[in-house]
Amino acid sequence: MFDQIRDLYQEVVFDHNRNPRNFRVMEDANRKIEGFNPLCGDRITLYVKIDEGLIKDVSFQGAGCAISTASASLMTEIVKGMNEAQAEHLFETFHRITTGKDEAVNLEELGKLAVLAGVRAYPARVKCATLAWHSLQAALANKETTITTE
Amino acid sequence: MTSAIRSIPRRTSPASGVDVEKIRADFPILNETVHGKPLVYFDNAATTQKPKAVIDCIRRVYEHDYSNVHRGVHTLSERSTQLYEDAREKVQRFINARHAHEIVFVRGATEAINLVAQSYGRKHVKAGDEILISAMEHHSNIVPWQMLCEQTGATLKVAPINRNGELMLEEFEKLLSDRTRLVSVVHMSNALGTISPVAEIIDMAHRRGVPVLLDGAQAVPHMSVDVQRLDCDFYVFSGHKLYGPSGIGVLYGKSDLLDAMPPYQGGGDMIRRVTFEKTEYNALPYKFEAGTPNIVGTIALGAAIDYVDAIGMDAIARYEYELLRYATEKALQIQGLNIIGTARYKGAILSFTLDRVHPHDIGTLLDQLGIAVRAGHHCAMPVMDFFAIPATARASLAVYNTVEEIDVLMDGIKEVIEVFG
Repeated sequence: MFDQIRDLYQEVVFDHNRNPRNFRVMEDANRKIEGFNPLCGDRITLYVKIDEGLIKDVSFQGAGCAISTASASLMTEIVKGMNEAQAEHLFETFHRITTGKDEAVNLEELGKLAVLAGVRAYPARVKCATLAWHSLQAALANKETTITTE
Repeated sequence: MTSAIRSIPRRTSPASGVDVEKIRADFPILNETVHGKPLVYFDNAATTQKPKAVIDCIRRVYEHDYSNVHRGVHTLSERSTQLYEDAREKVQRFINARHAHEIVFVRGATEAINLVAQSYGRKHVKAGDEILISAMEHHSNIVPWQMLCEQTGATLKVAPINRNGELMLEEFEKLLSDRTRLVSVVHMSNALGTISPVAEIIDMAHRRGVPVLLDGAQAVPHMSVDVQRLDCDFYVFSGHKLYGPSGIGVLYGKSDLLDAMPPYQGGGDMIRRVTFEKTEYNALPYKFEAGTPNIVGTIALGAAIDYVDAIGMDAIARYEYELLRYATEKALQIQGLNIIGTARYKGAILSFTLDRVHPHDIGTLLDQLGIAVRAGHHCAMPVMDFFAIPATARASLAVYNTVEEIDVLMDGIKEVIEVFG
């Protein structure tokens, strides 16, 4: 029935939505950011532990749709262990591809995140996929306010 | 793979006197397909689709009658002015206002509320005074009052609702104080479908000499409204939710109240005489209609009113009630579906959540089946907070919807649940 939309709702997305990874409060985080999408009400709290420019640990809590939950879950898996520059670079690549500014998309750049690239065909849902990433970017920049996707 | 276009059999409607087949034929957009499926449009609380009568009216005015209003002595200006003022009289009759000059044309319900807040409010509300609203207001009936409170030092009071999404009248009455300067409440909630007990609200407020504004954006398309019988002091609604164009709405105000209010915006048409020393304002309703108005939109709103009048508001209300009852019965049979908004008196809105599927995912998946529903907080974040949910999916019905479309929706919801396991 939903064959046409499988490019967006892939099994990996369902999996991460049902069982989000790193979905926990982190007591010893040294960065904590509230992310909010005012258009839909999705909220995320992102916890990051950074040590000498290295992302030692990252986790999240919150309520959102399958796309935003899966995106946050995948993100925490992937950026753990990266340094700030690597995470920043991945955010830029992800943002560029999901907002559809590239004509030719090189999904290999995204690695595991490629499952979310289908969101580019659904402009109304792009912000669901990027909420966690905007929060991470704010955490890396050490911002202290709530960030929004708007 | 089921890409074949499903044919939707359309039985005649329940015993309401509405010939839904005939009505559907009036709405060209209902022939659209979305993702290869027949469009099932259930986002009517956001905006309704337009009948051919309205679309044709817009075209006809631009092709034959269009010029500026209240200006020229030439034929087209006179014709446009006549049509524009005819529309005012249609609105007057439609909500049974005593006078045509009690009908002020604005951009929509939002602008109408802002007008009252900034004109009536700035004049009558002082520091320490109170404005009373309910807990199920649309943001457009919250923010203008917060702005007024910030400007004046007044306080915004909020009457609570119960778990069914009904106003708690006794609490409301307790919140009416000798500092209450205005009550502003929703007639029918866009997020929950609740119809407010407006007769009691108005009675309680008036006994204390407090005027009442009713936000009728959702009510006007679904029930007949008589502002004299209600005895409300202000009533606001938007044209685009009533099968008319967007960008045109109505502020009704009792003549003596409007008369005593200062203008909202300055400009052309709202003046009688201007010198650099002093300006004499125009009479009602022109005092509140600065600048060239939405001429064709206003005339087309008149056409929309003619259209619903021909069907009959009471017949529409009966038909939609049957649809809502059917939809509610079907929805209650779906395990894991929670209806948000279970008031005893409800208009044609079915807001719901699913246990394991977020409303956005519901919205995107149903769209794949050609079904348009709204997913989100419906510009009523405090209502979402009250029910401790981030959002709902909302199917809002109109007179062109059918029982068969509700079956399509319910089947769609079951498929969504299945996909998410």
